[in-house]
Amino acid sequence: MRPGSVLIAAITGLIWGVTAMVVIGVTLTLVTGEVALPQATAAGLAGLLGALVFVWRQTSDAAGLPAWALSALVTTLVLLAGTFAAPFTLPLSSVPLWQMAGLIAFVGCVTAANKVSLDGASLGAMSRYHREVIYIRIFKGIGFVVFTIIVALPFYVMVMTSLKSQQTLLANPLDLSIDLSQGFDGLFRSYVELFTKFNFGRYLMVSAFVSVATVILTLLFSVPGAYAVSRLRFPGQAFLSRSVLLIYMVPAIVLVIPLYAVFSQLGLRNTLTGLLIVYPATTIPVALYMLQGYFRGLPSELEEAGLMDGLSRLGVILKITLPLSLPALASVSLYVFMIAWNEFLFAFMFLDDPDIFTLSRGVVSLNSSEVPRQHLMAGAVIATVPVLFIFLWFERFLVQGLTAGSVKG
Amino acid sequence: MTAQEQTIAQPRPPKGIGPMQRREMRLAYLMLAPTFLIILAIVAGPLLANFWISFKPVQLADLRPPSVLVNERMRGKPAAPGDAATLEYRLRNSSQDKEIRDVVLRDQLPAGFDVTAVPETCTVQGLAITCDIGNVPPKWRERLRFEGTVSESYLSADRPERASVPEVSGDADNVLTNFEFTFENFSRIFDAHEFWSVLRVTFYYTIFGTAGALVLGLFAAQLLNTSFKGRGFLRGLFLFPYVSPVIAVAFTWVVLFDPFSGTLNALLTKMGVVADPINFFGQRAVEFSFFGIPMEFPLALSTVIAFEAWRYFPLSFLFILARMQSLNTDIYEAAEMDGATPLQQFWYLSLPQLMGILSVLFLLRFIWTFNKFDDIFLLTGGNAGTRTLTVDVYEQGFALSNLGAGAAVAVVVFVVLVTFATLFLHFSPKEEGL
Repeated sequence: MRPGSVLIAAITGLIWGVTAMVVIGVTLTLVTGEVALPQATAAGLAGLLGALVFVWRQTSDAAGLPAWALSALVTTLVLLAGTFAAPFTLPLSSVPLWQMAGLIAFVGCVTAANKVSLDGASLGAMSRYHREVIYIRIFKGIGFVVFTIIVALPFYVMVMTSLKSQQTLLANPLDLSIDLSQGFDGLFRSYVELFTKFNFGRYLMVSAFVSVATVILTLLFSVPGAYAVSRLRFPGQAFLSRSVLLIYMVPAIVLVIPLYAVFSQLGLRNTLTGLLIVYPATTIPVALYMLQGYFRGLPSELEEAGLMDGLSRLGVILKITLPLSLPALASVSLYVFMIAWNEFLFAFMFLDDPDIFTLSRGVVSLNSSEVPRQHLMAGAVIATVPVLFIFLWFERFLVQGLTAGSVKG
Repeated sequence: MTAQEQTIAQPRPPKGIGPMQRREMRLAYLMLAPTFLIILAIVAGPLLANFWISFKPVQLADLRPPSVLVNERMRGKPAAPGDAATLEYRLRNSSQDKEIRDVVLRDQLPAGFDVTAVPETCTVQGLAITCDIGNVPPKWRERLRFEGTVSESYLSADRPERASVPEVSGDADNVLTNFEFTFENFSRIFDAHEFWSVLRVTFYYTIFGTAGALVLGLFAAQLLNTSFKGRGFLRGLFLFPYVSPVIAVAFTWVVLFDPFSGTLNALLTKMGVVADPINFFGQRAVEFSFFGIPMEFPLALSTVIAFEAWRYFPLSFLFILARMQSLNTDIYEAAEMDGATPLQQFWYLSLPQLMGILSVLFLLRFIWTFNKFDDIFLLTGGNAGTRTLTVDVYEQGFALSNLGAGAAVAVVVFVVLVTFATLFLHFSPKEEGL
């Protein structure tokens, strides 16, 4: 038995006990609306003893209960003893089922985490290699928990807030549970109001129109451009393909004042035409850059064969290159769609007329003290859902397209 | 051997470009022309225009050029044919400080109105009125009165003077196109006490935002580099912050961090971590003492930086993960055989190979973070010590309605950016394909 190994096991258990308790306690609070104060000290102690028992049992290799079962038992008993049988400091009568589930989740998570982290650990001597393996397991475990929480929590809050009413929100900001008793109408009241009173159906149509038109215009211009840059030889080719990327770095805020001035004089401000001039111009460089990377990767022999067989250049592009690059076209379209759908600055600066607001602009107009918060969040959900849906559908394409553009190999 | 024979004996590659190549070149230029026209018009043009505007005293109100406003009405209440009435035009220069040249008013007389007296600047031909008023000074006001009598057809019609709308033409000096230049915009923004703090905040935001996004991205890529069940799901989930609209995520953070009804503050106060709710986006600084030395922690700025790191870590995560999965696994096996520990493998094998993509990402994200406007604008509006250069462009140009000053800040943004881009092109590793 070496103090170093015992210390590692103890620290592992302590970390998992505290982490699991905080996460599960907070989750319980948010889901049920009852304030559950996580008992971190007792939970840490429970995890610590559970881990020690696990490692001891694993080392001694004794017959009887498996190491994990014994560890789970010890964890449960220590936690219950340390918190006087109220692990979440809630009376047992309040939300008993949720508390039961929380307790089971806690014991399950801590035991599983200890088992995964300390698998193969012994109370005897451990090499530096083995110790580092354990550190990395802990690190990764914490990483998964933290990343999942920081990504999922805002979206959870967004959706749940949109389903609440102003009074319940102010009464208990922690209560993010779904109150099914108010029925369908009560639950989705802010959505219904957005579509009936705040014109969101129209904004949705405008956003969809602007985004799709931007995608079409962008492809129309960037496909020939990308083909020329990647396949044809001409003086200034390298300069052109490089300057395209530089143009992508020009910030929109630098363009906004001159465009505002010129569009005001030409009467293009406060029109969708104005947006449809600006959006493709800002997305064409990216699209061109992504597409030329893909076109370069296509075997040119196929196109040469087509040329030999008497197809014109245009025929080659339409009949050979484009069908071969459908995945790239899909990813570029998706990316451009997302840029246009999510765009805020130009829509905010150019559009004054509520009849032609895009979704971004419409949601910003909800950000006032007269409009309740849940409407703002419902607007955010409406703006997010279509783009997330499309993204999940085409995720593979997007990831390939994004990374293929600039990373080789 | 004659010169001619020498040429035949030693074949050399043809000089210049052949017909085939010339055709290819022409096709290439043809295909690129529309793209470059658009980019010239919408990106390069405004960039130059920005420089132009930054040297001009342009206010937001100047975008509407000064014009003569006209108001037409009938005076007198004619009740029977033959009654006298007055057609009156009230004219006014809309501008307080600009003259308008060659002002001409054109209108049609109301039907059934017989003019008896015409103002001296005007002529009447049939029903058409033409008044040549000439140049008018700023703040100018004038009334033109046409005396006359009405006939039956006037009385029977409903408001006949509304039948035609008076038109006024005139040339005014347009401040956007004239050749009046001034350094006032630049001297104003550089003299402003807050400009240097804006510059400092911009660099804090850019450096820490970039570093945060990269570190989080590297960490997340490490997590998902090994294959396990549910990896695809987690990868999709981790990309959420990046693909969601900025308005949605920014307002969600604002709601989440709200001091009065925000979930996070409620959690912190109920669980006893802090005594009073923290105004994350509204409080400029928190004071604390570090070994007895009083220090200030820029709270709102840090929260904004945290948002930046949170929102953009998916992008670096994606690129780093793609690079990691293309790394050669042999050397890891060899290192494993030699007894290298996992941390050693990461430090001595993975990191050096990732250095290329990390530096490219750093430079790219640095430039993009520097350019960011929407995030800060939506989160804090540039208040509580979070005003960056890009937010300052908006503040000067639109909130203070001084377009010239806004353009001057935009010029500063652009100059800093060109410096970055030059450095970027100079230092970017060529093998990463950029």
